[in-house]
Amino acid sequence: MSAPLFRLQGVGFGYPGGQPVLAGVDFELAPGERVALVGGNGAGKSTLLQLLVGLRQPSAGTITAFGQPRTRERDFHEVRARAGLLFQDADDQLFCPTVLEDVAFGPLNLGQSRQAARAIAEATLAELGLAGFGERITYQLSGGEKRLVALAAVLAMRPDALLLDEPTSGLDAEAEQRLTEHLLRLKQAMILVSHDLRLIARLAPRVLLLQAGRLWPAELHEHPQAQPEPHLHAPGLAGHEH
Amino acid sequence: MSALVRADWRAEPAASPAGRLQALAPELRLVLAAAFALVTVLLGQIPQLLAALALAGLLAVLARLPLARTLRRMLALDGFMLPLLLVLPLSVPGVPVARFGPFALSVEGLAEAARILLTANATVLAVLALAGTIEPARFGHACQRLRLPAKLVTLLLFTVRYIAVLQQEYRRLRQAMRARAFRASGSRHSWRSFGHLFGMLLVKSFERAERVTAAMRCRGFTGRYYWPEAPPLTASDWRFGLLLGLATALLLASEALA
Repeated sequence: MSAPLFRLQGVGFGYPGGQPVLAGVDFELAPGERVALVGGNGAGKSTLLQLLVGLRQPSAGTITAFGQPRTRERDFHEVRARAGLLFQDADDQLFCPTVLEDVAFGPLNLGQSRQAARAIAEATLAELGLAGFGERITYQLSGGEKRLVALAAVLAMRPDALLLDEPTSGLDAEAEQRLTEHLLRLKQAMILVSHDLRLIARLAPRVLLLQAGRLWPAELHEHPQAQPEPHLHAPGLAGHEH
Repeated sequence: MSALVRADWRAEPAASPAGRLQALAPELRLVLAAAFALVTVLLGQIPQLLAALALAGLLAVLARLPLARTLRRMLALDGFMLPLLLVLPLSVPGVPVARFGPFALSVEGLAEAARILLTANATVLAVLALAGTIEPARFGHACQRLRLPAKLVTLLLFTVRYIAVLQQEYRRLRQAMRARAFRASGSRHSWRSFGHLFGMLLVKSFERAERVTAAMRCRGFTGRYYWPEAPPLTASDWRFGLLLGLATALLLASEALA
């Protein structure tokens, strides 16, 4: 097996003046592996993602990413290029006036020339079915479009791993389906933070539960046909034959 | 504050996408608007000012400014100047044309009032046509190309980007207040609630700013901006720039010779 992309050993973290959120987290992410992270609100799932890319500093333990120990801000510059974090609120991520500028922002920061960054941005948009969106104004996009553009902005950096923080929250069924299909097609390793168990079942074979500051192996469990599942029918518009 | 929050900062191009002015480079339009305003302010003769107003009117037609909204805006400006326009004919000494008891309307005063009215309206109309039709984001980029300080341009662009988000946050909080039967009044409770509302808006904006910075750092931002490249001026940019430049130069020359 090849070396893990991320290795966390005994990582602890607490917000100032509060209970420790993480206490002794051990974790490994292999190349191409998809892991789902579940846990209650405030369990520290988003915090863990932020620790992985150095947006927060652990109070204990070590973080090894892409084969190197990472401690200082400078160490994490490379990590952020190779592990793309998709934020919960796309409005936090899309800060440029136009879509193309926003998607080209990462490649430009990585030292690409303007033409190259533009080409990468256009290609990435096209891959996500957003060809022709380049000149659209970011704040005029719909919620689903914003999320896809934010994903394009992350993918434009050609990362080895994707850290997805609630990627489908707040999306309608159609936008969610579209995003899920794109995610399924991607080859990158993924850490998926979500409450959506159906999404996890489709996307991530390995599930970890974050509770009491530590990670526990977990498993998604299905009772076929045992429980009725609510789904939507609207005469003439949506639904299927029973 | 609520007026600020309510103000619609979004682009207006949807109203007039087909205007021929809108196809020209925004930085060129900014420079022309500034030049036109400068020249108009320098003009002192009524005929020249009338010509400037006509030129501004032509620009408005080329920009396909919506008539009603443009008139409303110019009337707002004129209303602002009304006290001055009323007082000037009475206060400037000169040949009287009419008397109201102890007051006399002077020819010089009337001319002065007319000059101010024409100058202001011609300038505002030209600026509305040339600069007012630039979408906010392109306006920011145009400022950057005109070598305005990067910090100011960044502030402008972030304001343009996030004012709608803040507006939404304000609306959500305000609706939540209304949903719990809050009605604005002059009571202490009302004032305190508004204090909480704006305090919360401030805290949320601050946290939002931190998240935006974090997202930028995640994409490799280390303090350097890469502005989009300016497309070179086209032949029609040059043509229009030269024509309008010539027209304003003519105005100035006729003023100097008169």
